[in-house]
Amino acid sequence: MFVLAEMKDVIRVTPEHFHQSLTESITILLNRKLANKVVLNVGLCIALFDITHIGHSYIFPGDGSSHTEVKFRYIVFRPLVEEILIGKIRSCSREGVHVTMGFFDDILIPVNALQHPSRFDETDQAWVWEYPKEDGEKHDLFMDSGESIRFRVTSEMFEESLPSGPPGSERPVQNIAPYRILGGINEPGLGLLTWWETPDQGDEENDDDEHDNDD
Amino acid sequence: MEPIKANAAFLCNYEVMQILQQLKDKTQKKNKRVESLATVTYETVHYLQDTECKNQSAESIQNFLEAMKIFKLTKAEKLMMVNTPPRTELEIQLIVQESEERLSEEDVQKIIDISNNYFPPT
Repeated sequence: MFVLAEMKDVIRVTPEHFHQSLTESITILLNRKLANKVVLNVGLCIALFDITHIGHSYIFPGDGSSHTEVKFRYIVFRPLVEEILIGKIRSCSREGVHVTMGFFDDILIPVNALQHPSRFDETDQAWVWEYPKEDGEKHDLFMDSGESIRFRVTSEMFEESLPSGPPGSERPVQNIAPYRILGGINEPGLGLLTWWETPDQGDEENDDDEHDNDD
Repeated sequence: MEPIKANAAFLCNYEVMQILQQLKDKTQKKNKRVESLATVTYETVHYLQDTECKNQSAESIQNFLEAMKIFKLTKAEKLMMVNTPPRTELEIQLIVQESEERLSEEDVQKIIDISNNYFPPT
């Protein structure tokens, strides 16, 4: 789920921070620049892991700041395609089920990757897995918001975001997520965790959950 | 800013949890907070707290991986097993590609026993 990404950058330290050690300044500046941001084809940056190389610092004419080339490693959220993750359902819509990890929200399980057969319940705004019972009837399994869900990552998409126009301009702000993950739950064992809990494993607590689903 | 290697190494949830928690303590003491870092650290720790990694230790993970050496599994498969220790056959089938060909029924049972042993379910 998490990986280390090696990157390099030139860090500009302004004179008012010269009293700090260079490593300290670099750490703060790199975290300010990258934490909670998506780097194209790398993933969602979480926090600085370590600095592997600090080059010479240069001062350019007309600028009192020091410029230092650094190589560093960053903790990045970048699940592998085919990886199994556990998230929580954020909401359901006609497009499918939106899942969140808490720190990352742009996960969609599209309609064609839900358990089959599923239908969208308009009154509850939730997807329902119509689990066929042996006697030919079906058992409705609701996918409510907030429930924990296990899914397989099927693909990932990076979108280069354009800089927004100058303030006051009428250009509509593009709001595309820079990094999106598509998931699937159309395999046995995937979907809400409560669907697959074996009775002897979960004891009383889960019995309550099952009754909720029956309602 | 330029990526050199987008995937230099894998980290398991336990490692990320450790690093972030140290970071949280450090920044709180020094009072040098970077807002976006504080947000993402909080949210990630919040997520990880609900996963199995909060009961794991460096030692238990090492022992687990040592015990798993007898099976021919990929790095990614073992990583998933550390992050979400399999408790049922179904979970192993999901994690391991073509598990029916690569693992015998005994192997599957052994893997479940190993993960229950080193990462006891809560």
